[in-house]
Amino acid sequence: MQVRPEKRERGKRRRAKNDQEAKGRERDEEEQTKIKSAKTTKTRKKEKSRKTEEEEGEGESEERNTKRKKKHGSAKKEEKEEDGGKRTVKEKAQDVKKKKHKKVVETSSEQETSEESSEDNEEEDNEEKEVRPESLSPEELEKLKEAVDERKKLIQGLRGKPWPMKKKLVTLRESQEFVEKYEGALGKGKGRKLYAYKVMMTKKWMKFQRDFENFKTACIPWEMKIKEIESHFGSSVASYFIFLRWMYGINMILFGLTFGLVMVPEALMGRPYGSIPRKTVPRAEEASAMDFAVLWDWGGYAQYSVLFYGYYNSQRAIGWLKFRMPLSYFLVGVGTVAYSYMVVIRTMARNANESGVGDDNSFNFSWKMFTSWDYLIGNPETADNKFASITTSFKEAILEEQESRKDDNIHLTRFLRVLANFLVLCCLAGSGYLIYFVVRRSQKFALDGLENHTWWERNEVNMVMSLLGMFCPMLFDVISTLENYHPRVALQWQLGRIFALFLGNLYTFIIALMDEINLKREEEKIIKFNITMWEASLYNSTVSENSTAPPVTIHPADVPRGPCWETMVGQEFVRLIISDTMTTYITLLIGDFLRAVLVRFLNYCWCWDLEAGFPSYSEFDVSGNVLGLIFNQGMIWMGAFYAPCLPALNVLRLHVSMYLQCWAVMCCNVPQERVFKASGSNNFYMAMLLVILFLSTLPAIYTIVTIPPSFDCGPFSGKKRMFDVIHETLESDFPAWFSKVFSYASNPGLVLPFILLMVLAIYYLQSTSKSYKEANVELKKKLQTQNEENKKKNKRAALKAQMDLEEARKAASQAAEQQNNNASLQEEETDGEENHGSNQRLHHSKNGRNPPPAAGEQECHPPATRAPVPRTYHHGNHGAPGYLPGFSRQSEPRMYRVPSLQRH
Amino acid sequence: MVVATCILAMSVVRQRLHDFMRMIQPDEKWDCTFFTRKEILRLHGRYHELAPHLVPMDYTNDPDCKLPLALIVNMPELKENPFRNRIVESFSEDGMGNLSFNEFVDMFSVLSEMAPRELKAIYAFKIYDFNVDNYLCKEDLEKTLNKLTKEELTPEEVELVCEKTIEEADLDGDNKLSYADFENMISRAPDFLSTFHIRI
Repeated sequence: MQVRPEKRERGKRRRAKNDQEAKGRERDEEEQTKIKSAKTTKTRKKEKSRKTEEEEGEGESEERNTKRKKKHGSAKKEEKEEDGGKRTVKEKAQDVKKKKHKKVVETSSEQETSEESSEDNEEEDNEEKEVRPESLSPEELEKLKEAVDERKKLIQGLRGKPWPMKKKLVTLRESQEFVEKYEGALGKGKGRKLYAYKVMMTKKWMKFQRDFENFKTACIPWEMKIKEIESHFGSSVASYFIFLRWMYGINMILFGLTFGLVMVPEALMGRPYGSIPRKTVPRAEEASAMDFAVLWDWGGYAQYSVLFYGYYNSQRAIGWLKFRMPLSYFLVGVGTVAYSYMVVIRTMARNANESGVGDDNSFNFSWKMFTSWDYLIGNPETADNKFASITTSFKEAILEEQESRKDDNIHLTRFLRVLANFLVLCCLAGSGYLIYFVVRRSQKFALDGLENHTWWERNEVNMVMSLLGMFCPMLFDVISTLENYHPRVALQWQLGRIFALFLGNLYTFIIALMDEINLKREEEKIIKFNITMWEASLYNSTVSENSTAPPVTIHPADVPRGPCWETMVGQEFVRLIISDTMTTYITLLIGDFLRAVLVRFLNYCWCWDLEAGFPSYSEFDVSGNVLGLIFNQGMIWMGAFYAPCLPALNVLRLHVSMYLQCWAVMCCNVPQERVFKASGSNNFYMAMLLVILFLSTLPAIYTIVTIPPSFDCGPFSGKKRMFDVIHETLESDFPAWFSKVFSYASNPGLVLPFILLMVLAIYYLQSTSKSYKEANVELKKKLQTQNEENKKKNKRAALKAQMDLEEARKAASQAAEQQNNNASLQEEETDGEENHGSNQRLHHSKNGRNPPPAAGEQECHPPATRAPVPRTYHHGNHGAPGYLPGFSRQSEPRMYRVPSLQRH
Repeated sequence: MVVATCILAMSVVRQRLHDFMRMIQPDEKWDCTFFTRKEILRLHGRYHELAPHLVPMDYTNDPDCKLPLALIVNMPELKENPFRNRIVESFSEDGMGNLSFNEFVDMFSVLSEMAPRELKAIYAFKIYDFNVDNYLCKEDLEKTLNKLTKEELTPEEVELVCEKTIEEADLDGDNKLSYADFENMISRAPDFLSTFHIRI
């Protein structure tokens, strides 16, 4: 019973729909003709109006026209998009046509028709929404599908639309309803089920993505803390904390890798402590192994634990999982570096995309005007500082603009700069030598035995390095005042120098370490020889006593062993990190907190104003802190292979410094007086990080590749080189063909061409990017010259217009005498008007949605200024009956407009 | 018994939370803004905080309530901003600075970190266009500059800077900046994205 009416209804609908379609087609054709004829009708209309209407009336209509255009210009884009959204299935094909027409219409100056047509569209939309999807033919279905997809796209792109929220919500609801309504009904038979399934899955997937996003934003730590800092200190200080958080994320992943794949398996499945010599504290150290001083130095029990390289056994597979420990160790080491490279480079690329091409200085003032205010600032003091810094920057820019740089006494500045650089070089060399000297001395101490020396002598290396890192930048700061650079340039120099200092120190340290490694290896050789002697004597003694007795069991603590240089390197790095962290925290407490407390409370009883005067409160040193962080990370990368505990330590350190520095910044620092670009230097810091990453992996890779591992400690003991573990795995764990393929692939005959190919590819890419850059520069130049030409043109046009106006006035006064040639004048006039129209059109299409600039305006104004002149004239000739009142006035526009043609 | 009451209480709480979520339609707003559900709820909290007696917690039947400019401008995020009035005005429908919650969310969505450069540029243009004529003319620039520097530049300096700015950015030579000029200029500005955002 219920089916039949529905069917009937459907039939009705179909009929109705067909009708509508026909109607739509008709309308479309109508419109086409309308549009075609529009131009002519318009001109005709204008002629008519000109004949009948008064001069002022025409001026008004013109004004209205331009106004409409203005409105239209701003609304055009929206309209188009809206149309795109509201369009329904049936009209799709027709609409495409319409769109084309619309474009034509829009480029011409009349848009009434287009408005009409869009209104028509909407009406038709509403009518057609009721059409049943089941009754559609395949092509129509196809269209419907397209429409649904379009709506979906609209929904997705909605958030990027500059509409008011209400409109967005309405559009969203409408299009969602539309999608809901038609989506389920799409497709027939086989395709239908699949389609429905697909739709369902995408819906589920969307929901999941949304939830995941919710979860992700909830997981980002320290969001509010950073926000608070941002509002107090602006984006540059906050950028440090964001960088710190980013570092924390990376270190978390590194920590997860080493902890999950190396430390935990070894602790759970490897042999327990005390089972073999490498896992036991030697007899000589047993007494002091638990002392705090020893543990603080990462000796004793800490040294013989999963924290360091030496503890790991070279057993190929451990536990019931048959976990390949040495292989895992090696791969984690490689993976750490690879992951870091990937992340850093990816971030750099993203930053480069975001910052775009902001290098040129062509928009100096505009950028200062529109982008210098930091919208994040929410603290009155910071805001005051910002106002002051913006003012000074404007003043500087004005000074620079007004007078080319005054180069008084250039020789003196040159001399001073050379002197400053010389001093800095001396500092760098001195610090390098100091470190080398200290490391050498510490080796001597180590040979003597550490127990005979004071605490200072034992920790000399780390302390000297930290102190140098603390005081040298201050020295550089003092030296850089000699140079008299612009602050931004000075900052870059300063950064470069600190970078060089840190790098130099690190590398001297590494070179000294290499010396030590060589020493240890010599020692190892002797010990190895001794051990064979010792074993032989042991064996001989047991054999000579009684040949049948089981071999003597020696406690693993008593077995003589080699020095294990890998653990030594790991220990050095861990100590370095610890002392570095300590110095950072202590300087923070003394330099910032204590200073702030003193300044605050001594100010009551001091002879000058401490807060405003000399010591005052400290500023947060963004660049120095970022550099410190970068170098710290470099040390982690360098040492992580020999001390798996390093990432864990670093995570701890970053976590603590996040809280400590947040607190210190909020409680004892003042906002910076001069704020520099924060974002522009973002990639600068990333580039530094990349350089450090590269430089820190170099020595690690060098040691892995060239130095044979210790014979009795670590996961690679007994192998010739550390990477032999790959070879071993290939041979024993993979089928024979695989290793064969691998050996072919690693054969130099294949590797060399491959490397060559890569080099060629790099070369090619580089040259193409270079050419792109050149093209960019060319285009920029072209644009500039065009701008200048435009400006000149406009100036000329304005001048000409003025002259024309004068002429026209003269002509108007003369026109009183020549009243007889009315007909010819009329013709010319219409000519001028048409030309004027095309003129405007040209402007309109050139500027897209903008209303016609300069020329159009100039053309609009004259009627207003002209008006009084003819009126006086008109009054004068009031009584003359022989001619129409409008004509003498119309001669003006002709005189004015005809020359205006030549401009374009 | 205890367990049963606990479960009951939990379900009631969940129901109420769910109702609340539905009230301000965070999911719908998600499609229109760059915020996640949590952030929209937080925004609603902030909005409610501004005028607890005016703004209802209950948004089921879409109440038509608007907060005046004076209230919104006093938010700590906007308080120090020299352009605060313009920001609020350019996001309000009536141009007078009265914001409904929808517009409020829209404002912070555009100013959020996730919004694309094009969208931000459109609204930045609106903000700097003091006399809403779709052009940044000299008058607008002077006002902008005076707000930026707290009127510490001399009139000659202001004049010079405005002239220079127009000279740099004006492509079509009409002595004022249209949106196309502004967009061309701002799309290359290195600092625009990092400074034109407010974290809420």
